[in-house]
Amino acid sequence: MSGLEFLLAGTLAASLPLLLAALGEMVVEKTGLLNLGLEGMMAIGAAIAFICVFHTGSHTLGFAAAALISTVVAMFFAILVIGVKANEVAAGLAIGVLGLGLSALFGKSYESRTISGLPKIDIPGLSDIPLIGPTLLTQDIVVWLAVLGSIALWWVLNRTKLGLIIAAVGENADAARSIGYPVVLIRLCAVAFGGAMCGLAGAYASTVYTPLWADGMIAGRGWIALALVVFGTWQTGRVAFGALLFGILSLGELTAQAMGVGLPSQVLSSLPYLVTILMLVVISRRRSGLF
Amino acid sequence: MSQPALLRLAKVSKRYGTVQANKEIDLEVHTGSIHAVLGENGAGKSTLMKLIYGVEQPDVGHIYWNGQEVHLARPSDAQALGIGMVFQHFSLFETLSVVQNVSLMIPGKPADLAQKITDLGDQFGLSVDPHAMVHRLSVGERQRVEIIRCLLLNPKLLILDEPTSVLPPQSVRRLFETLRKLQADGMAILFISHKLDEIRELCDTASVLRGGEVTGRVDPREHDARSLAQLMIGREMPNVAHAAPRPPGEERLRLNALSHPRASRFGTTLEGIDLKLRSGEIVGIAGISGNGQQELAALISGETRAQEPGMVEIMGKKVGHLGPMARRKLGFAFVPEERLGRGAVPEMSLADNSLLTAHSRNMLSRGFIRRSVERAFTRECIEAFDVRTPGPDAEAGAMSGGNLQKFILGREIMLNPDVMLVSQPTWGVDIGAATAIRKRLLDMRDQGCAILVISEEMDELFEMCSKLHVLHNGHLSPALDAAETTPQEIGRYMIGAAT
Repeated sequence: MSGLEFLLAGTLAASLPLLLAALGEMVVEKTGLLNLGLEGMMAIGAAIAFICVFHTGSHTLGFAAAALISTVVAMFFAILVIGVKANEVAAGLAIGVLGLGLSALFGKSYESRTISGLPKIDIPGLSDIPLIGPTLLTQDIVVWLAVLGSIALWWVLNRTKLGLIIAAVGENADAARSIGYPVVLIRLCAVAFGGAMCGLAGAYASTVYTPLWADGMIAGRGWIALALVVFGTWQTGRVAFGALLFGILSLGELTAQAMGVGLPSQVLSSLPYLVTILMLVVISRRRSGLF
Repeated sequence: MSQPALLRLAKVSKRYGTVQANKEIDLEVHTGSIHAVLGENGAGKSTLMKLIYGVEQPDVGHIYWNGQEVHLARPSDAQALGIGMVFQHFSLFETLSVVQNVSLMIPGKPADLAQKITDLGDQFGLSVDPHAMVHRLSVGERQRVEIIRCLLLNPKLLILDEPTSVLPPQSVRRLFETLRKLQADGMAILFISHKLDEIRELCDTASVLRGGEVTGRVDPREHDARSLAQLMIGREMPNVAHAAPRPPGEERLRLNALSHPRASRFGTTLEGIDLKLRSGEIVGIAGISGNGQQELAALISGETRAQEPGMVEIMGKKVGHLGPMARRKLGFAFVPEERLGRGAVPEMSLADNSLLTAHSRNMLSRGFIRRSVERAFTRECIEAFDVRTPGPDAEAGAMSGGNLQKFILGREIMLNPDVMLVSQPTWGVDIGAATAIRKRLLDMRDQGCAILVISEEMDELFEMCSKLHVLHNGHLSPALDAAETTPQEIGRYMIGAAT
């Protein structure tokens, strides 16, 4: 398999955890909240999904359990921030640490165990196309569902009344309340949605992308997803594009290592993070109107 | 009367803690009438409107709609009856378009709503582009959107809370024409204001509120502004005739082609601003907030550094590169428009707030605070400037706007500045306090201080200033002689029709 084929085949799968987590957080931020606990919510989702699939063999059950547990963790955040009006940065960091801790606890006896991933689907016609057929267009079911889901999310946010209400709540909660919208309920739902998306993202990472449990396997992807929301300026299409870009970068690093590029692997591994910092700087400077 | 009033309040009272906000209020509003509710800040106008709009519920008393008693538990109850309200501070969403804003409140397809917005606009002179983004609209256009949004609910009673306080004179004309058309169409209108001339021009009935009680029910067209004011403040209007200014002395503040790029997308870029301010004169800057007033004040005070030292000169020195402390050392003092957060720290006592700008008045000894001096200074300020407060230990954030403004102004005046910048001196301040504040500024002028006033209140500027400028979209008009110009001419500069 050439480097190009490797990239084409793997990019979507590598991007998927980032994409799901970032889209969930984007909805949370659109309602005017900021949940910094993505990393922890992804980690606990990943652990629970792995345990579930390890014992039952059902990926469906694994994904459902992950979405549920991460939603529960997200609800802790909602209670702290919306219920008792705690500082949202502190609350987000706290539930992030909680999620990481719980994932280590639950996953302890599964360290280095493996499970089987999901099969890639051959779609007749599509997979016969040269080059991209067997690579880009041969993906597992979750990838296809995520692509459809992203389009659906774009449609809801940009073409429906619900999207309008979410934007209104985020921009001016007082005004939204004064014209009669249940601001608290809308925010609660958004936080729950963000949690569920993080759970699914974690589940994909631990049961499909690398079907093996290792403590700390989320490895900062929650933070990258957080940065992607800003990079994508809270727009579905741009966030998805950003996720793909980072998917390619993380795969490119592996390819480069495999091809024996004369750089220490630590430098290559840190590339996605360096690019994240650079992009955030560029974007924040542009947003303040300096260029 | 043959037919019952559209809205009738009978002995309605509302109390917040120890404050009796409304006391046994009786009010009748009839179809086809424009009814003024007149009163100073703190007279209970806002509370009364909240009761009528269902935001708050009265402690005692009854509200009748078309003769039937009603209980308004929330705004949607009032809307269902046919009561619409246009708020003083608009409740629009800036990042959405006009039609999106409307569709958040009114059901219907965007295309149909856009058509209705256009139709209403043609009918009542409320033209606005349905697809424009709200943050690009002028204040007058935003108000039209708010009114349209109310009208789409088919109200029988429209409440407008201080609708003209944010508008330039031309837009006020236009708003009045709209309201008269609505009146002719059979709408009842409650018009809340403290501007006497507007009420006399527009309204056919006025209820005057003072201290939470109705002190008069009059036909405003039959009273002059002076007797209405007397009803409103409960005593003789203070005499507003002032001594003519003496010829001004030497130059104390100068802006030389001051330009500055905006700091954010919602800011204003200032371009080529020239201004001269001399000892013993008050120069006014008129214009609607958001046209660069905050940016200009920050550049003069030193909070923002100018791009060239020579763009700002204080007492003949180039100070564009200096910070606020260095400029204050030259004899400059500043009263910002935000009282809480810029003029004073809300969580700190008045005494500690004195220290913030008056520390050079012997309040420090080897870096330690001399509390006795700090308290003595504060007590003197409280007495000399009639600040109503328990004492120097009162928290700044707990005071009313007018009292806090008197304190901040007093603190700055007690520094005996040579040059002063006062931004929006009487925003949210009642007539009595506003008159006292203006009197103080004129006294300062007569003692030789050079004063620059940034204000939205045109009457205030005409009362105090000898020269006027208008700030519009980051451009400053040439100096206009206050004795020769007219509010209409100022208004043309305010909307950019003259340059």
